[in-house]
Amino acid sequence: MHDHDNHDHHHHGNEFSDMQARVKALETLLTAKGLIDPKAIDAIVETYETKIGPRNGARVVAKAWADAEFAQWLKDDATAAIASLGYTGRQGEHMRAVFNTPETHNLVVCTLCSCYPWSVLGLPPVWYKAPAYRSRAVIDPRGVLAEFGLALPEGQAIRVWDSTAELRYLVIPERPEGTEGFSEEQLAELVSRDAMIGTAIALEAA
Amino acid sequence: MNGPHDLGGQHGFGPVAPEKDEPTFHAEWEKRALGLTLSCGAFGAWTIDESRHARENIPPATYLSASYYEIWLRALQTLLERHGFASTKELASGVMTGPGATPKRVLKADMVEGVLAKGGPCDRPAAGPAIYKPGDRVRTRNFNPETHTRLPRYVRGRVGTVEAVQGSFVFPDDNAHGKGENPQWVYTVVFDAAEIWGEGAQKGLTVSIDAWESYLEPA
Repeated sequence: MHDHDNHDHHHHGNEFSDMQARVKALETLLTAKGLIDPKAIDAIVETYETKIGPRNGARVVAKAWADAEFAQWLKDDATAAIASLGYTGRQGEHMRAVFNTPETHNLVVCTLCSCYPWSVLGLPPVWYKAPAYRSRAVIDPRGVLAEFGLALPEGQAIRVWDSTAELRYLVIPERPEGTEGFSEEQLAELVSRDAMIGTAIALEAA
Repeated sequence: MNGPHDLGGQHGFGPVAPEKDEPTFHAEWEKRALGLTLSCGAFGAWTIDESRHARENIPPATYLSASYYEIWLRALQTLLERHGFASTKELASGVMTGPGATPKRVLKADMVEGVLAKGGPCDRPAAGPAIYKPGDRVRTRNFNPETHTRLPRYVRGRVGTVEAVQGSFVFPDDNAHGKGENPQWVYTVVFDAAEIWGEGAQKGLTVSIDAWESYLEPA
């Protein structure tokens, strides 16, 4: 892991306070014009801080592991299968689930902007939106995965999904060994955000 | 457009820098920038495609040195001015000098849950049947429009295989410029790494894009 201050992320005091001032001025202006409701902004922030995040996606993955019928539904119509768990809406309108296998590991990127399945993973991390990941995921995915500490087995192919349209991809990692009899809640604990992007695999059962 | 946003395959940006236990936001202003972007999007004055194009039009040196929320904020200011909601002077000063355009709606706190849960589906019926089917070999067009497109440079003029017909969707290349939704079929097209990157391509790598029908020609 690298210190995030070094890349793509400007924590220098001056720049930070400059952005703080610019955003504050814009919010003040738009509020004065009656164009926005600051309480709506509070509600949006609260939604993505507390309600919509990668725990949603982890529940989808856990259910797919535990329930073969649900897994099949997820393959056939991910949007509907995911909606059945209550996860719908912005940047999750058109979902596709892609399943890792021993033969193929899936990795998701948006080289053109920051497309990401918000309804199941929440807001994207800084690295996902930054040039290093967006430039290299499609040409050097093995190098990128190494930076996440992930070395795939030799012979496992990589499929990179560049989210160039309005489809949003959720990676379903392989179920770890030794998890027979686990409840969906226990299974969900093994699913990190990165495993659902493809920069990690599921955690080992403790 | 061949803008700074079209990053696939570029070199020189260094290692990816994942942050352990990254928080949802890194500063208060990021929260407000997100909320402002979504609130202003709710005006109904511009589309997601026009928003993306406004971000792509940020000058390259600025785009590549900005954080993503700064990119959003800069594009938002462009859109607010273009659509008459705020003047250059107001945006510079933060002080209201007069009325501006009236939005179709103002997002209030009690509307947020419903609006986020509904999202903005952009699948639309296409004018005719899909031309391609899974298994078809196709070549992406080689074009370099100065306008918005979602066909990245690294996969232009490349031969791949249609893997799936994904439905028909609003065509961003038109919609970003107010030329209508003009829906087209969208296909997942998969390419061998060697077709894209040539010598030295990583072994066992395939890359797919989702391509609107007019991006493709029979191969």
